[in-house]
Parts: sequence; structure tokens; C-alpha cells
Amino acid sequence: MKGLLIFRLFLRDLKKQRKRITLTLMAIVWGTISIVMLLAFGEGLKRSLNKAQHGLGKDIVVMWGGQTSIPFQGMGKGRRIRFVDEDVEFLKKKVPEIEAAGAEYNRWGVSITYKKNTVSERVNGVYPSYEEMRAHYPQRGGRFINRLDMEYKRRVVFLGHKLKDRLFGNEDAVGKTIILNDVPFTVIGVMTEKMQMGMYNGPDWDKATIPATTFKTIWGYKYVQNIVYQPRDAAQIEEVKKKVSKVMGAKYKFDPEDKEALWLWDVIEGQKTFNKVLVGFQIFLGVIGGMTLLIAGVGVANIMYVAVKERTREIGIKMAMGAKRLHIMTQFLLESLIITILGGVLGVFFCVVIVKIWAAIPLEADWAQWLGKPVISLEIAVTTSLILGIIGMLSGIFPSRKAASVDPVESLRYE
Amino acid sequence: MIDMRKIRKVYSTGRIEVEALRGIDLIIGENEFVAVMGPSGSGKSTLMNLIGCLDTPSSGEYFLEGQKVESLSPNELAEIRNKKVGFVFQNFNLLPYATAFENVEVPLIFGGVASRKRRKRAMEFLDRVGLGDRADHKPAELSGGEMQRVAIARALVNQPRLVLADEPTGNLDTGSGKEIINLFEELGKQGHTVVVITHDHGIAERTHRIIKLRDGMIVDGNGSG
Repeated sequence: MKGLLIFRLFLRDLKKQRKRITLTLMAIVWGTISIVMLLAFGEGLKRSLNKAQHGLGKDIVVMWGGQTSIPFQGMGKGRRIRFVDEDVEFLKKKVPEIEAAGAEYNRWGVSITYKKNTVSERVNGVYPSYEEMRAHYPQRGGRFINRLDMEYKRRVVFLGHKLKDRLFGNEDAVGKTIILNDVPFTVIGVMTEKMQMGMYNGPDWDKATIPATTFKTIWGYKYVQNIVYQPRDAAQIEEVKKKVSKVMGAKYKFDPEDKEALWLWDVIEGQKTFNKVLVGFQIFLGVIGGMTLLIAGVGVANIMYVAVKERTREIGIKMAMGAKRLHIMTQFLLESLIITILGGVLGVFFCVVIVKIWAAIPLEADWAQWLGKPVISLEIAVTTSLILGIIGMLSGIFPSRKAASVDPVESLRYE
Repeated sequence: MIDMRKIRKVYSTGRIEVEALRGIDLIIGENEFVAVMGPSGSGKSTLMNLIGCLDTPSSGEYFLEGQKVESLSPNELAEIRNKKVGFVFQNFNLLPYATAFENVEVPLIFGGVASRKRRKRAMEFLDRVGLGDRADHKPAELSGGEMQRVAIARALVNQPRLVLADEPTGNLDTGSGKEIINLFEELGKQGHTVVVITHDHGIAERTHRIIKLRDGMIVDGNGSG
């Protein structure tokens, strides 16, 4: 009954102040749209950048040798430390916390030819473990380098998707033969398109990747460019790093504390920092949206002040009938909440529509790839509801306090 | 029932102070039916507001049913208005958007009466003033007399000991006015204390006692009735 009365009051008010309430409602709708869309685009961006982060590989550590900077066991500083193929197995054996590992060789400026197309690009000699670790996933119909390719030093090549486009255009590449510096290779796969943010030696999409053993045979490299490994548990990355330093230090005779002898670069730390930046960015977007909504809240408060003024007499009557402060306040609080929530629901509805439409538009452009698709996550829904609720309460509380402080004697005289 | 001692009420509007009541001593017993008369500006309405706990005195003591009132908080006063006092106004003061039935329900809502009981009670009191068949009408659809009867039902629905009426017949034709006064007389017999402000000597004649106010003081009628 009480609830019903309040609803009727609201409807009566709606009729009386139709224009004002409509405008305020629109302000709330707009505020909600701006906050939700900003957050949704922020979330989409976060996810696409996160994906791009993982383009390099998830939870991996890249290690390479440097020069000793601390004398060790009677040897002076300035010694070069370089790793070889065997270190991959050695590392896996000595540090069981390592899930996967692989090494790579690198050669720049290799001329790569298919029919009349020749480009000068990098060639990587890698281990099969790169498929998972470094996200070299093959497109349909292809495959990545496997154990047998390694064992038999096969002349097979896996192409980055942009390199493939440059060589083949729209033509199918798998099964075709290309020439790397006069040596024919068979294309076994093309990399799935991926976004890649972190990188060393350039993006993966421009590389030609061959088995490490084949690479070594052709170019005769003695030392690997670097070794990549992935710990079993990303949380243990620091302990594993220490153990790796110890193991390699013991083998190559350098101080495990020597940061310049062994370089260990992990993407995890970068991912963490990056995620913090993204969360900060989202908060920033949320605050902007919140401001817009706050202004709408001022509109609601304004309407409620008018309502208080118009209902002064009614408030007096209710007080004479024994209404307490809370009774009077509840009515105005509920009304402002009704307006806010109604506007919020409408706003969210529009946002869902926008997100659906956006998702349906096929956007191939690079900027669209990086921007990602707006996503309304549970967190966004909760945050928005919370902000709406707070603003509804805030915009109701001041007018309702004014209402509750009405002097019944005065208001009953008030015409 | 009502025990007022040396009650003063001063309104300050800007710089000017107006002394509306200047030392009222008033005792009204239970089941009394009392009229308050006096020229406009004599402090009748102020006295009514104080008796009804809508307002508190500037100085003096007021006991309502033995309870000291002047130092109570707004919420405690609201409680008293809700439980012990029923108001009837000259201009009815019904909620225009609510039906007769809903208007009668209002004090029960503020009194926290459960919905089923509330509906039963509101209907019962609406029947008592003979408007059971008009329950779903809004005030605009009722006549003046009917509106005042709804207001009386509303004033009585919480079964208060004290009923205060401020010129209850002022806006009514003679016929309806008579009906209303009959109702008040009835209430006096049913154990309510009734205080009526009026200009109408005809009405005043029918009460047990007439209290006359002039310039914020009682000039006549403060002897025991």
C-alpha cells in the first residue's frame, strides 16, 4: 500500500513535471551510457591488449648470455657467456620446475623467394616447443615444426602471416616451395594471425621459422641466440630464475649474482605492470563517466527540490498524521531512486544494443583490432549499479532532508 | 487529559517578535467536549497546534495524559500525534491523489499497522462516518461534507483519546456542518476528548464548555466545566 502510494505519487509527479523529468531521465540515461560504454571499451581494449601481450607468449622467460662483470673463481671480468643447443636439455634436467624450453638461432637479411617475389627478412631456427611457448599457432591446414623435422633436419619452413601475404598474396602457401638464400624449403604452415605487443628481434608475423637443427646445418652457428623457457608455475618465476642462474653459473663459471653474465627477461613482470596500467586506465574512464552521471544526479536533486516545495502542504498533513522524519524522507529518496534506476536501466539497455551492434560490424582495420570489442563484464555491471545507486541516494538525500525539516505548522498554513 | 501551565509562544518573524500566547493555564479533563472561541489573531490556532503537539511552547509546561511534552524530540512528537491526537482541519487537508480509503489508511501506515489489519480498520472507520460506499472516490469526487467525514474517519482511525478540530464546519453548508457537529458530539460520548475551534456560537452552545481567548490569553471559560 505504502509502496503503491509512492508509485502513484511518482506518476502524478511525472505528469506534472513531464518535461523536467524527461530531461533528467535523459541525462541519467546519457550518463549511464557514457559510463558503461567507456568502461566497456576500456574492457575491450584491455582484453585485446592482453591478447596482444600474450602474442609473445604467456609466462615465458627469455634468457641470453652477456659478459661477466664480477670476477669468479680466479677468472677476471669481461668474459663472454654464450649458450649452446645442449643447454636446453641441460636446463630442463637440472631445473625440474621448468615446464618447457627451447632455443633459437637468428639470421637477418636472408633473401626469401617465391616465384618472382623476393623479400629480405629474418629467419629463425627454433625448437618445436615454440608452438606453445611463443604462440606460433598454425592456421588451418598447416602445422608447426615437430620433433621429426628436428631429428631429420628437414628443410621445412613456417611463415609469419604477414610474410606469407607478402610472398604469396592470396595464394595458398602450404606445400609450396620457397628459396631461403638458394636453399629450397617446403612451407608446412602459416602462423595464425595474432597481435603481438612485447617482442624481441621484431614481430613474429614477419619471420620465417625453420627447425633449429636445419638452421645450424645450413649456417653453422655454434651458439644459440637465446633460450626461452616456461616455468610450471608462473608464481614461482623468481625462484626458478635464481635456480637457473645457479645452474648456468655452475656450468659456465660465473657468479649467479652476476646480472650481466646471464640476462633473464620475463614477460610476467611486464604483464603485471601492464595490467596495472590498464586497470588505472579503466578507473580513469570510469571516473569520467561517473562525472557525467554526477551532473545528471544534480538534475535529479533539482527536480526533487521542486517536488519538496510543491508538496510542502502534503508533508505538513502527513506530519500532523504522525509521520516521522524517516517516513517523509523515504518518499523523496525512493522517488529519486526510481528516476535514477529507470534512467540506469534504459541506459544499460542502450549500451547492450550498442555493444551487440558493434560486435556485429566486421571491422578488419588495424585500429579496430587493437581497440577490440566493447565488453560489458560483470564488474562493469556491478560498478555502474553501485554508482547509480550512490548518485540516486545522494540526489535524493538532500531534498528529502529538506522535506523532513518542514515545519508542520507553517506548511499547513501554506497554500 | 490536557494540563497547560504558563504556556507562552513567541514567533519571531525577522526582527519583530510576536507573542501569540501570553501565559496560558488550561486544564481539560477526559471526555470533555470543549469549544475554543476568540477573534482572529487571538491565538486559537497556536493553542491548537500546541495542544496537538504540532508545535512546542516557547516556555511553560504542557502535560498530555500526564506526559511532559515540551522537551520531546520531533520523532517522539510525531509518535504522540499519531497515537494520541486526531486532527480535523477547516480545509480537510486530504491527500488529493489518494482515495478516501487510502486517506484513512495514512495514520495507520505511519503507526506501522500491518496491511491486513490496516485495511480492515480503515474500512471500519469509513463505515462509521457513513462513507463505506465512497471508499474508492478521490477527494475531488466528494462533497465538502463527505470530505470532512473522511477527514474525521482519518482522525479517529488510530483511536486517539484527543480529537482536535480547527473550524471543522467553516467550509461547509449548514446541513453538512450540523452532521459534522453531531459526529463530534457522538465522539464525546464515546470517550474521546474533543476540542473544537469555532466562530459559530450555535456550535459552541452544544459543547460542555467554551474557552474564550483574546490577545493570547484566556479571558473566560477556564473554570472546571
